[in-house]
Amino acid sequence: MSAAGASIGVITFPGSLDDGDARRAVRRAGATPVALWHADADLHGVDAVIVPGGFSYGDYLRCGAIAKFAPVMTEVLRAAEHGMPVLGVCNGFQVLCEAGLLPGALTRNAGLHYVCRDQWLRAENTTSTWTTRYEPGAELLIPVKHGEGRYVAEESTLDELEGEGRVLFRYVEDNPNGSSRDIAGVTDARGRVAGLMPHPEHAIDPLTGPTDDGLGMFLSALDTLVPA
Amino acid sequence: MARVVVDVMPKEEILDPQGQAVANALPRQGFEGVSHVRQGKHFELEVADDVDDDTLERIAENFLANPVIEDWSVRRVES
Repeated sequence: MSAAGASIGVITFPGSLDDGDARRAVRRAGATPVALWHADADLHGVDAVIVPGGFSYGDYLRCGAIAKFAPVMTEVLRAAEHGMPVLGVCNGFQVLCEAGLLPGALTRNAGLHYVCRDQWLRAENTTSTWTTRYEPGAELLIPVKHGEGRYVAEESTLDELEGEGRVLFRYVEDNPNGSSRDIAGVTDARGRVAGLMPHPEHAIDPLTGPTDDGLGMFLSALDTLVPA
Repeated sequence: MARVVVDVMPKEEILDPQGQAVANALPRQGFEGVSHVRQGKHFELEVADDVDDDTLERIAENFLANPVIEDWSVRRVES
């Protein structure tokens, strides 16, 4: 199977914003992007799924709280249970936490301000499906843009995440949202479901982003989907 | 029909920057003596008589509140 033979679905909810860039990132990495619609309980045979950023269902109630009940999410939960790689970015990370695929929750930024800037991250876990292309400790420059990105969880959950090496990325230099232990992204116990607040899909091409540091996440997943 | 009120509050240990912002704004308006504000959500539900307490609890726990970060209470009020 060639890389182009791998397909990655990108969900569009009402209010999604970054589905277009996520599909572009998938294409740039060499796979085929497949648009998935929130109301459609069908993953159309994709090999992996990306839940993109934006304001799904207007972020009413809580960010991601309504999106988790979308018909397509029922299918994502089922597929994830069987090991399908799933990536949630920003609002997608919030959706995956609300849906229980990832632990913790994202709350209002400590400084109350919406933060939009290029942010340095450090790769902590480089064995998950979405991060194998990074060197341990590598620093990446990737945009963040969110008002509710402060990662919180019970202390015991945070200890468990640290102990099992499930913190994917940490903010370096300046934590944009007051996130616990500077956590920018985490993965599930199997390393297949990943969520992060920064936007790797906005950093795949120096022409349109600060760097191409985000492309590694999509290439990492393709390595798994396309056995060498 | 019955009226049900669900109150959802950030857990005590969860930072509530919105509540803090409200508390910090009060002295600027001349209101002294308010040392602490927590901001939450208040839901009023009109429900059919056959909706039982267990169902209401599940609505609150699984949807209106996020148990990771919020506490909630459910009460029926006189309609």
